[in-house]
Amino acid sequence: MGQNMKILVAVKRVVDHNVKIRIKSDSQSVDKDNVRMSMNPFCKHALEEAVQIKESGKADEVVAVCVGSKKASDVLLTALAMGADRAILVQSDAELETLVIAKLLQKIVEQEKPDLVLMGKQSVDIDASQTPQMLAGLLDWGQATFVCKIGIDGKKLTVTREVDYGLQELSLNLPAVISADLGLNKPRNVALPMVMRAKKKPLNIFQVADFEVDISSRLKIEKISEPPTRSGGKNITSIDELVDEIKIISDKLEMVK
Amino acid sequence: MSILILAEYNENILSSSTSRLVGAAKKIGGEIDVLIVGDDVKNLAQQLAKIAGVNKVLLANDRVFKHQKADVLCKILKDIIIPYSHFFASSNSVGKAVIPRLAAELDFMPISDVMFIHSKNKFDRPIYAGNAIETISTKEKKILATIRSSAFVPVEQGNDAKIENVKIGEIKSKVEFIKSTNVNSDKVDLSTAAIVVAGGQAFESKENFQMLYELADVLNAGVGATRAAVDLGFAPNEMQIGVSGKIIAPELYIAIGISGALQHLAGISGAKKIIAINSDADAPMMKQADVALVGDLKTILPELIKKLAQ
Repeated sequence: MGQNMKILVAVKRVVDHNVKIRIKSDSQSVDKDNVRMSMNPFCKHALEEAVQIKESGKADEVVAVCVGSKKASDVLLTALAMGADRAILVQSDAELETLVIAKLLQKIVEQEKPDLVLMGKQSVDIDASQTPQMLAGLLDWGQATFVCKIGIDGKKLTVTREVDYGLQELSLNLPAVISADLGLNKPRNVALPMVMRAKKKPLNIFQVADFEVDISSRLKIEKISEPPTRSGGKNITSIDELVDEIKIISDKLEMVK
Repeated sequence: MSILILAEYNENILSSSTSRLVGAAKKIGGEIDVLIVGDDVKNLAQQLAKIAGVNKVLLANDRVFKHQKADVLCKILKDIIIPYSHFFASSNSVGKAVIPRLAAELDFMPISDVMFIHSKNKFDRPIYAGNAIETISTKEKKILATIRSSAFVPVEQGNDAKIENVKIGEIKSKVEFIKSTNVNSDKVDLSTAAIVVAGGQAFESKENFQMLYELADVLNAGVGATRAAVDLGFAPNEMQIGVSGKIIAPELYIAIGISGALQHLAGISGAKKIIAINSDADAPMMKQADVALVGDLKTILPELIKKLAQ
């Protein structure tokens, strides 16, 4: 380990957040075959932060890791273009549960020995918000979720978390797992020359089977269904009607209090 | 079957979500216990004992539990949850931090954000920001889950459950608390607010956004913005509603000058009632809304605020 930190950033490939999802006719999954896929937006914030930490001279190396299909190497290419030094793909053709992914990431952490793991606070597909906390638990490391600010002083981190009632500031020693929220930074756009350069950076590919992790699912997806549709709306023409429509709800809420 | 619920509170005030989680647990049946973990929370344990249907209240009262740090909570929860078939916490910042960590430490696969309970081991949860609902079943021996409390009805008061102290050994956290800022004192939290008002590009400036804050004040509402409004600098990042921002499910959502980009609509799909104000009657948001008013926000908002304040 050098003087400075080594940062591991886990990223996920998801249906692009601008795409309208379509549930397949078997009601078992969401169509991912012919839709635009991209890096989970929250993972972008995690990666951007790692790259900024390196650019500030406080980290020596940023390694991006993704557990996913062979196609997920496009997301790792984005990570490399954004500034990661190298990338690791843990290839799995099956969709894996968060606990399995956390266990695989634990293996990668044991190999790579990073000082800090940065991840997105949740992925915009299954919205579980579980993997970072699971990884921290498996490693018995300190964790801070939903982080919107990170300060580094040697081996100590000061982080600001977005919590239900406001902001919470914590300090924790490295190693640690941090999950990134939206306010952390503004991820850079990658221009084509950056992508071209990224293609020259190392990408290591492992198979899930290379790790001794049981990848079987514990949960069974019974079905995936459309949310209840909205009943037809009505048009109003005056502010008085608007006031009435608002008061129906606000008065009711007042009563519940 | 026996269910343990982690009580939610902030600064010595119980959240109604605990009573809602008891309501959720009743759908499964069996004994329901409530656990409260904190520093100086004995009085809250007494309030919890009054919730109808609670068998007993477990009280873990110690200085180390102040600020409810995830690693510390996991350390005592490992032992406390042994006798239970289910352990529920609400999908708030404590529950979300604790449940997955605890589950992984015990090698259980948890379930996030339960919004409907079919049976003791079959649940519905939203995926893709609520654009699809996933029904899942689990065979795990212990079911750890976070529950979307707003989806369940609180139970009545009227009980005198016994309070039991939890034995606490030596526990250390890897995390040190520095300070917290209660944004809530002057601003309502967007992700849990019962009413949310939000503005889009049509506001044209940061100054005009001020009207939105005034409206929010009158309604005690959270304030949000579209990605476009955030990108234009009208509102800060943390106000962004949508798939790449906050996902909200308020009782009432008032969308003002918002055309309704796909990723924004996905972020509000959980809203119970939507009112939209827009100069363009054909905007997608106006089609989604339960109530739509066509007009210029700059003339409508001042009058609306005045009339609501009366």
